[in-house]
Amino acid sequence: MEGPADVLEVVVMSIVSRGFRGRRRDSNQRLPPGQYLTDDFPVLSAGPTPRISLDDWEFTVVTELGQSHRWSWKELTGLSAESVTADIHCVTRWSKLDTAWRGVSIDTLLADVETAADFALIHSYGGYSTNLPLEDLLDGKAWVAYEYNGQELAPEHGGPARLLVPHLYFWKSAKWVRGIELMPQDFPGFWEQLGYHDYGDPWREQRYQGD
Amino acid sequence: MERRRETATASTLVLDVPGWPGHQPGQHLDVRLTADDGYQAARSYSLAAPADGDRVEITVQRVPDGEVSSYLADATQSDDAVEVRGPVGGWFVWNPQGDSRPVLLVAGGSGVVPLMAMIRSRDGARPAPPFRLIYSVRSPDDRIYDQELRRRATEDGDLDVTFIYTRTAPGGEARPVGRISADDLSMYGFPVVEEPIVYVCGPTGFVERVSDLLIDLGHDPAKIKTERFGPSGP
Repeated sequence: MEGPADVLEVVVMSIVSRGFRGRRRDSNQRLPPGQYLTDDFPVLSAGPTPRISLDDWEFTVVTELGQSHRWSWKELTGLSAESVTADIHCVTRWSKLDTAWRGVSIDTLLADVETAADFALIHSYGGYSTNLPLEDLLDGKAWVAYEYNGQELAPEHGGPARLLVPHLYFWKSAKWVRGIELMPQDFPGFWEQLGYHDYGDPWREQRYQGD
Repeated sequence: MERRRETATASTLVLDVPGWPGHQPGQHLDVRLTADDGYQAARSYSLAAPADGDRVEITVQRVPDGEVSSYLADATQSDDAVEVRGPVGGWFVWNPQGDSRPVLLVAGGSGVVPLMAMIRSRDGARPAPPFRLIYSVRSPDDRIYDQELRRRATEDGDLDVTFIYTRTAPGGEARPVGRISADDLSMYGFPVVEEPIVYVCGPTGFVERVSDLLIDLGHDPAKIKTERFGPSGP
């Protein structure tokens, strides 16, 4: 597999496409640049949907000093949960407004975790990973979500539980999440190693490296 | 740009992109359209073939109400220009130079496009590993690249192409119409012991089903790469 520098080159010609008018029903202030609205919930995953038994499921936070904090499924779902309504934005350009989730705030999970880390690498069942600054997980900005629209989260959407970080492009909201590795330095995750933006702010249209 | 009609609803566009840096089979590009008042819309499309210098191909399946696909599939003329960016995506790719493992390709509908880029890249791979394509379509009219796939399968002893018809089959087809099954994947794919690398591309439900069947057959989930499109269903 080639590195990101080989994968992503940018070729741009700035031109008007003759006769193109477009649909123009997506002029919504809640829609970031370059996005269109969908009522569906498209699925994008790099591999097969992992099969995870709830008996074996666990969520682990590992600090930069190697200290582990673990929650079984029963322990996680026993923590106080929050209902979250959020707009979500996929780097493949669809956005979906007012999606309804329920899950545990990362603030709750990290409340008793001693750390001086600035970065987090999220790990998933199936091998996926994604990175983000720790502060983007804190202060009511991120959850481990296990319900969508009042139902348990379907496997193709990341069930039994996925990260929910709605203020960043949705690849950061890792499906089938299994843990957080806290780190003093940034380390690129799966798509971040393949040419996608390190941070992924949809309002600044940070889709690919160099944006 | 040139347009080549593939089926009633799919067209291939050949774009001249000065300075195109080349790409790997399986990657896509972003197409952005701009109206004369500045309104813009962009979508990603799979590259359908290896680059030929500055010429790249995408195949666009017109989707109902698709504001970009309908423009690309129907409205464009040969001297029209669009903005492109890419190549994008570095996971769902096959490396013609470095990978000698057998390759199983499983396509649903227009999911065949990035897989066709891999098949067309066989020409540049020496020696090319064996490829098998299992291509599920509703009816014979929905086959994209039909003639080229048949020609390649005839000329290339290491390429097998099998069509799976879900609604209507051509006369003489022995397999009853129906969704792709574990038997289809065993019969027309590679045995698990040959450890093929597998690429599955199609609508979400199709990809979920095929990857589940492959895992049930004993294929290693880590060797299955998927690309999905469309809604998740009801």
